[in-house]
Amino acid sequence: MKVKTKARELSVEGVRKQDEHNRPGDTPLTGGIQLRRAVRILKPAEALYDFWHDFSNLPRIMPNLDDVRLLDSHHSRWQARVLDRTFTWDAELITDEPPHRLSWRSIENSDVENSGSVTFEQAPGDRGTDVKVVLTYNPPAGPAGQWLAKWLGEEPASQLAEDLRRFKQLMEAGEIPTNARRLDEIVHAHRREGVLR
Amino acid sequence: MRAVCWYGKEDLRVENVSDPAIINPRDAILKVTSGAICGSDLHLYNGYIPTMKKGDVLGHEFMGEIVDVGPEVKTLKPGDRVVSPFTISCGACFFCKHELWSLCDNSNPNAGLAEKMYGSLSGAGLFGYSHLYGGYSGGQAEYVRVPFADVGLAKVPEGLSDEQALFVGDILSTAYMAAENCQIQRGDTVAVWGCGPVGLLSIRCAQMLGAERVIAIDRVPERLHLAEQDGKTLVLDDSKTDILEELAELTGGLGPDACIDAVGMEAHGSIYDHVKQAVRLETDRPVALRQAIQACRKGGTVSIPGVYGGFIDKFPMGAAFAKGLTFKMGQTHVPRYMKMLLERISKGEIDPSFIITHRLPLDDAPQAYRVFRDKENECVKVVVKP
Repeated sequence: MKVKTKARELSVEGVRKQDEHNRPGDTPLTGGIQLRRAVRILKPAEALYDFWHDFSNLPRIMPNLDDVRLLDSHHSRWQARVLDRTFTWDAELITDEPPHRLSWRSIENSDVENSGSVTFEQAPGDRGTDVKVVLTYNPPAGPAGQWLAKWLGEEPASQLAEDLRRFKQLMEAGEIPTNARRLDEIVHAHRREGVLR
Repeated sequence: MRAVCWYGKEDLRVENVSDPAIINPRDAILKVTSGAICGSDLHLYNGYIPTMKKGDVLGHEFMGEIVDVGPEVKTLKPGDRVVSPFTISCGACFFCKHELWSLCDNSNPNAGLAEKMYGSLSGAGLFGYSHLYGGYSGGQAEYVRVPFADVGLAKVPEGLSDEQALFVGDILSTAYMAAENCQIQRGDTVAVWGCGPVGLLSIRCAQMLGAERVIAIDRVPERLHLAEQDGKTLVLDDSKTDILEELAELTGGLGPDACIDAVGMEAHGSIYDHVKQAVRLETDRPVALRQAIQACRKGGTVSIPGVYGGFIDKFPMGAAFAKGLTFKMGQTHVPRYMKMLLERISKGEIDPSFIITHRLPLDDAPQAYRVFRDKENECVKVVVKP
């Protein structure tokens, strides 16, 4: 495990069509980025654990992820995309304590060094389950680091907050709300969690 | 389909936009038979509500016939005649389970935005009321996609006209909750600021809930007239009398037991507030609210159906504290009240349609907003027919 260093927000321009990696002002990340967020969900820990344990479910709540595939009981292959570039890494399960704790880490020489953990604890007063997620990213130097920065977006903490909001919506309400009038108006067309097929 | 679209302050246009269709399994599609313009729609019209986008479809008071349902809708089917609440609620979160429907955790797709602006978790999404509240396409249109249809849509009992049923989706439920929030005891006097649709219905609801006497305050003649039509309500014209003095005299110096602020953020009067708004030091004008606080008796309750959006100044916190007031407020938990109110309307206990003064086709809605806002032609409530 890398030593966690103080997180630094990166200022990244919005996505444009051309000329992505040579924009003046982009600074590659140095040091680790840690994101943490908690959400309370009115479902038993078991149901939440089961969803998360099958990592292939995660793209439904994390539109940043293109695909996650289980390779065996302890390994998974993750794929993410930023514009036209795809990056992939394999991760291994480090901790598995059903239904309360899961943690995982990218294996050596991954495109993107990262780790994550999620805990599911009963909320006080029997009011559901408190879910706490910690994600850590150790960006590489050079252009790959810039891609990571773009992938994480301008406000990585907000990304995680939205991801957990989607998790809660899906687990409690069974769907992720949308304000579109019809399916073909949904902007991120490749992400249709909870949608009628 | 045709729909009323927002294009800026005082700029509404009726345009052809895409037809809604089922997206999520718990959706229903409603063909609108009647809609209305709400007092709070005027805040959108007047440009007071942030996060509007050109082309947004307005309208949060609507009813009609279900034409399609998603596979997870179990209690409704095409052909059902229903009224929609203005709020959207998932039915499964802590707040919905506690009947705090307008505080639903899961129905605002833009919850992150609301969190940034208000500093805490977002409440429910609303139809047709800016992107802060979800960016949902509203009901001043021919069709609406209604999420979590089982939770909100209430079937209309046989024999009720659209005009009788329509208002349970917002203003009648709002008025009822406002009156309920007064915590009315036997013998109580309730004062209502604002004789617009919500105020007028609050008077009726306060009576239904056992108020001994209701005093209504406004300055528009036809609204005062509608308020005193029942022969029981006392009306005060605040352009002609000193409200605080009158209320004191009417209550033996005590003040009303409960006060309802059915005026909200665009209250008339007060140079102070207009000036502060103009230089952006204040966003809302709480004139009625301040009066309600000053007038209310010691230990009384101030009930605020609202609407407020931002910050207010010169809030008499000292007076409120000294008098030990209780404040109850918020967006209406509509599904709590709809079925009960529809039953009461069926039994003839109340007929909210008395407030309707204008009935117009959808295409005339943009002008109707102006007429409603400026109270022309004695306008009190506008119903819109697509």
